[in-house]
Amino acid sequence: MQTADYQLIIIGGGPAGLTAGLYAARARLRCLLVEKGALGGQVLTTDWIDNYPGFIEGISGFELVEKMTSHAARFELETMIANVSSVDLQEKIKILHLENGKPLSAQSIIICTGGSPGKLNIPGEKDFTGRGVSYCATCDAPFYKDQEIAVVGGGNTAIQEAVHLAKFARKVTVIHRREELRATQIVQEKAFANNKIEFIFNAEVTEIQGGENGVQHLVLAHKDGTESILEVTGIFILIGVDPNNELLPMESLEKDTYGFIVTDTEMRTSLPGVFAAGDIRSKNFRQVVNAAGEGATAELSAEHFLANL
Amino acid sequence: MASDKVMQISDSEFDSKVLQGDLPCLVDFWAPWCGPCKAIGPVIDELAQEYDGKLSIVKMNVDDNPATPGKYGIRAIPTLILFKDGEKVDQITGAVGKAQLTELIGKAV
Repeated sequence: MQTADYQLIIIGGGPAGLTAGLYAARARLRCLLVEKGALGGQVLTTDWIDNYPGFIEGISGFELVEKMTSHAARFELETMIANVSSVDLQEKIKILHLENGKPLSAQSIIICTGGSPGKLNIPGEKDFTGRGVSYCATCDAPFYKDQEIAVVGGGNTAIQEAVHLAKFARKVTVIHRREELRATQIVQEKAFANNKIEFIFNAEVTEIQGGENGVQHLVLAHKDGTESILEVTGIFILIGVDPNNELLPMESLEKDTYGFIVTDTEMRTSLPGVFAAGDIRSKNFRQVVNAAGEGATAELSAEHFLANL
Repeated sequence: MASDKVMQISDSEFDSKVLQGDLPCLVDFWAPWCGPCKAIGPVIDELAQEYDGKLSIVKMNVDDNPATPGKYGIRAIPTLILFKDGEKVDQITGAVGKAQLTELIGKAV
């Protein structure tokens, strides 16, 4: 019989990975969670989470991550901070290649690599990142005190963070390419009631322009064919997520057109012994609570798989 | 403790500790309200340990020290700027991984 370093390796330490890790540690599996940057993932960049059950008054993203991390640590989950360069998933024993250090082997894998903030891919976006272009309102809001800024997007993240940004900025203009917002009603109500927040619907940002001191204005293309200039010192791009799939053998995994991994309802991917949970999964809704739930399901499926080897 | 290596510096110490220091210096601009800043803390501590004697790593709280971040046009944190011989070599913004930081540091060490 072949042996592996671990029964289970979880790639990624956001809410999905930490929950899978918590379950695996409690199941006493030989399990390792590998995270490339910081445990918590995108939740770390979320100012406030008002819809995670049990936290009646809401909780900051950072604090929720601390709680999840401590919770997994209480059951002695083994974690490692390392960059995974590639993964071999097709054989019975799965191999993780690290940028530094020897390869690790496992009988099963849960992919929880999550997503990264979506980009507009327009001129000026890259040049001005960190100098007026931001993907994290929680991190950068205080730099825009009494300034005029823009938020691009119409979903929950965009609108909720627009409200957060309005605590600092003099004026926040939300630019959305559709006619109405997609955000949850209660989030929309808050934004519409805030007199510092204005809306431009049916428009897209086509270019970000500025000078040595950073962003100065945006070029907008409106649906009616007109163009306009919006003077702002900052633009927060909050338009959903792109899959973090670079290190995965996507040619051998079933995926959707955007590169998210397809699983069944038990979080099984198209490869035996390989599971996926959280934002990397192909799905309509990306919430902290469903990432955590999928993490639990994926781990239980992995246990079931291991028991039947 | 590893974190002992990472000194907190102020605006007034920036010239002497960073620009005129003997070693190349990586400055981690952070603030207490920034989750990703706290999250990269352990990696920064590790790097400080690994590059001990070759690179100095310091942290600057942008809330308490507005002058230096202003001078370097910082409008996002965490931002890490690498200095060598009194000059900025390169910078990186966001909660990046250890590999990216090592690559950045490689430009001066």
